[in-house]
Amino acid sequence: MAKILEKRLIRYPDVFYYRINAPLISRKAKPGQFVIIRLHERGERIPLSLADINSEEGTISLIVMAVGKTTTEMSTFNVGDEILDICGPLGQPTHIQKYGRVILVGGGFGVAPLYPIAMSLKEMGNEIVVIMGARSKDLLIYENEMRAVCDKVLITTDDGSKGIKGVVTTALKQELEQSSANIVMAVGPAVMMKYVSETTRPFGIKTVVSLNSIMIDGTGMCGGCRVSVGGKTRFACTDGPDFDGHQVDWDILINRQKTYINEERGSFEAWKKRHVFAICE
Amino acid sequence: MTENNSKETILTRTPIPEQDPAKRRSNFDEVALGYTPEMAMKEAARCLQCKRPLCIDGCPIHIPIPQFIKAIKEGNFEKAIGLIKTASFLPAVCGRVCPQEDQCEKNCTLGKKAEPVAIGYLERFAADYAMQNRNGADVKIPKPTGKKIAIVGSGPAGLTCAYELARLGHKITIFEALHDAGGVLVYGIPEFRLPKRIVAHEINLLNEIGVEIVTNAVVGKLITIDEIMEEFNACFIGTGAGLPKFMGIEGENLNGVYSANEFLTRANLMKAYAFPEYDTPIKIGKRVAVIGGGNVAMDAVRTALRLGAREAMIIYRRSANEMPARKEEIHHAFEEGVQFELLTSPVRIIGEDGWVKSVECVRMELGEPDKSGRRSPIAVKGSEFKIPVDVVIIAIGTGANPILPQSTRKLALNKCGYIIVDEETGQTSREGIFAGGDIVTGSATVILAMGAGKKAAKAIHEYLMHI
Ligand SMILES: Cc1cc2nc3c(=O)[nH]c(=O)nc-3n(C[C@H](O)[C@H](O)[C@H](O)COP(=O)(O)OP(=O)(O)OC[C@H]3O[C@@H](n4cnc5c(N)ncnc54)[C@H](O)[C@@H]3O)c2cc1C
Ligand SMILES: Cc1cc2nc3c(=O)[nH]c(=O)nc-3n(C[C@H](O)[C@H](O)[C@H](O)COP(=O)(O)OP(=O)(O)OC[C@H]3O[C@@H](n4cnc5c(N)ncnc54)[C@H](O)[C@@H]3O)c2cc1C
Ligand code: SF4
Ligand code: SF4
Ligand code: FES
Repeated sequence: MAKILEKRLIRYPDVFYYRINAPLISRKAKPGQFVIIRLHERGERIPLSLADINSEEGTISLIVMAVGKTTTEMSTFNVGDEILDICGPLGQPTHIQKYGRVILVGGGFGVAPLYPIAMSLKEMGNEIVVIMGARSKDLLIYENEMRAVCDKVLITTDDGSKGIKGVVTTALKQELEQSSANIVMAVGPAVMMKYVSETTRPFGIKTVVSLNSIMIDGTGMCGGCRVSVGGKTRFACTDGPDFDGHQVDWDILINRQKTYINEERGSFEAWKKRHVFAICE
Repeated sequence: MTENNSKETILTRTPIPEQDPAKRRSNFDEVALGYTPEMAMKEAARCLQCKRPLCIDGCPIHIPIPQFIKAIKEGNFEKAIGLIKTASFLPAVCGRVCPQEDQCEKNCTLGKKAEPVAIGYLERFAADYAMQNRNGADVKIPKPTGKKIAIVGSGPAGLTCAYELARLGHKITIFEALHDAGGVLVYGIPEFRLPKRIVAHEINLLNEIGVEIVTNAVVGKLITIDEIMEEFNACFIGTGAGLPKFMGIEGENLNGVYSANEFLTRANLMKAYAFPEYDTPIKIGKRVAVIGGGNVAMDAVRTALRLGAREAMIIYRRSANEMPARKEEIHHAFEEGVQFELLTSPVRIIGEDGWVKSVECVRMELGEPDKSGRRSPIAVKGSEFKIPVDVVIIAIGTGANPILPQSTRKLALNKCGYIIVDEETGQTSREGIFAGGDIVTGSATVILAMGAGKKAAKAIHEYLMHI
């Protein structure tokens, strides 16, 4: 059981910030790792990245985008509510060292897990450029937090309502052409990470991506999270989630993420019906 | 031999009532229904009460078999369970899933001339009886010794080790990675062979004797063995062999291809058979192929049928004789309508739009016996053919999970990643750290894991009382 200590809506209407009491996890967790939660007895196990770690207070933070049944149900959880199961920290931490100039690329909620990574990189004395993208300016998250840590913040919006008009790779390409980088790290939707990797490939710059395959146990027991990297089958939960973006077979990952699309939709619709019912009563 | 027993009853064992195959293939209720007291007493009367009971030698944990059977025969079921519990902590589980035909029953003297005594069914009866009547051997907890022992993994090895040590007055904490305790008993073996309420009941007993179970605790991640050893006087590792193996053939990452572990975990631990009441989805194939011939393969194929597959088949590269699964399970699967493609080996999985469409196989022939004494299969050239399927489940075995060994200093492992221990004590290369079960032997059986847990408990106790 883990109690929710703080909850904030950070982007209307679907992105929430939670600070959760998890002293043991916070003691061990490192940037780039994740937890697996189960909301209640009937719930599924879903992975969520650590958006902040505070070992002194014994808390961890999660940023959750409500996209389907479980994440939407989680958005109805409030301060004081308890999450039944929280397991972690899982996965390998992001490798932090003095690289020199680092470009971080975040798409959607992916900006959130980049935040603790940016802080650690900064402590190691790296120069950090962050590129954050969204469809429109209202959909950006974590801008202020990132501005506080990073040396340079580039914003892209599809509709041009803020920053550069275009997608993150537009800004990334410009940045790489103007001045180089020692490493690029990207977190976000698989398609975005794929194109980030394609963008950096001709420049020969090492690109680390955080793969978000479907998971259950998170301990290497089910093999459901398997991805193909460099022609080899790897488990995202134990070998990753960070991998070399130039080696990832993106089509397999993107395809496997769709495994339960029909089931997920059905379950979400059914839940919404039950939920509206509850409100009407 | 009892006088009032006719020759006939001595020769044939009392059958156990089972759910009708046609009905059970679409539900998750238990297949075997269990003896009534009358049936149990009748079966118990078959036992010869041998002076030199070989059956006990066949049982890895040496249950006093003739004694408990005698108690059943006399209608003293409480005494029977009391006797069993002196040796076993999970009788309701073992009575159901032990490969008795290779163990206690294989050695049974009666078995030389007739059918052996149904020791497993009787054990199960006594355990179920005790459960229903909420009595059974109440364990008295002795004075605390003040020693703290950590157990990693809550499968049969860890649970048994915990039980034995707690009974000696030690303070036990179990760390389990998943959200429920039980290991393979809860995530692997399906409900229709081992109802989860039975596992829960047996585990509850541990809570009653003061064992603390910490779930969601992945040792090596949340806490390391080295940290555990700072806080505890000794530690037992029973993390099992849960790493699924894949074949490395083309198409294995298509949607609709599962490891047996994933398929069974979704169905059992996450209760995907009750989706969407439970949130975890599972693909219910129309035609399902399970690759492998062991117990795990049988569990997967029978689960697929129960989920609603129209057809489910086993693809196995040797013949029926070589199948490692229990005869009883193969028979049950056959009765339920599972098809068997024997002497057949998959060469690739073919997809369309990212989804499994068929599996291409080749026919096999049996050649000369190999080192294991089994005749090794050889592919017949040009015999390739395709089987149309939409779900493929790979059940070709598991290996050692690396999380714990990788995070532990100086823990000696063999070349496959299993922990090396002293045969007699279960002691690892590090003082105070013991191990047992599948993480030492590779995939084996519930009862062998229990035996290892018990042995290690004894050694841990001796170790702790001498330092
Ligand atoms: C390592 C990792 C870190 C993640 N971090 C975050 C995060 O910080 N914040 C956040 O909002 N989301 C994160 N995700 C994604 C999050 O797990 C999914 O959004 C969530 O599982 C969706 O569940 P749902 O029931 O709400 O939606 P659904 O409608 O069930 O699923 C929507 C999509 O999410 C993916 N998904 C579904 N179930 C799972 C599962 N069990 N495991 C993984 N993916 C699944 C599938 O691609 C699916 O199509 C992360 C995923 C991974 C693997
Ligand atoms: C589908 C299936 C069917 C089977 N059928 C039979 C049968 O009919 N009869 C029979 O006798 N045997 C059967 N077996 C084999 C039997 O279940 C195993 O041999 C037995 O469970 C091994 O017990 P164990 O305690 O060593 O490990 P497990 O039962 O595997 O338990 C290990 C536990 O440790 C946990 N763990 C792992 N790593 C960590 C970590 N780092 N930190 C914390 N916890 C951890 C796991 O989550 C798990 O709960 C079957 C196995 C399977 C998979
Ligand atoms: S525990 Fe297994 S081997 Fe031992 S008596 Fe019972 S069924 Fe037989
Ligand atoms: S060997 Fe068979 S007949 Fe003899 S005591 Fe054991 S169970 Fe009874
Ligand atoms: S989530 Fe099961 S092996 Fe990675």
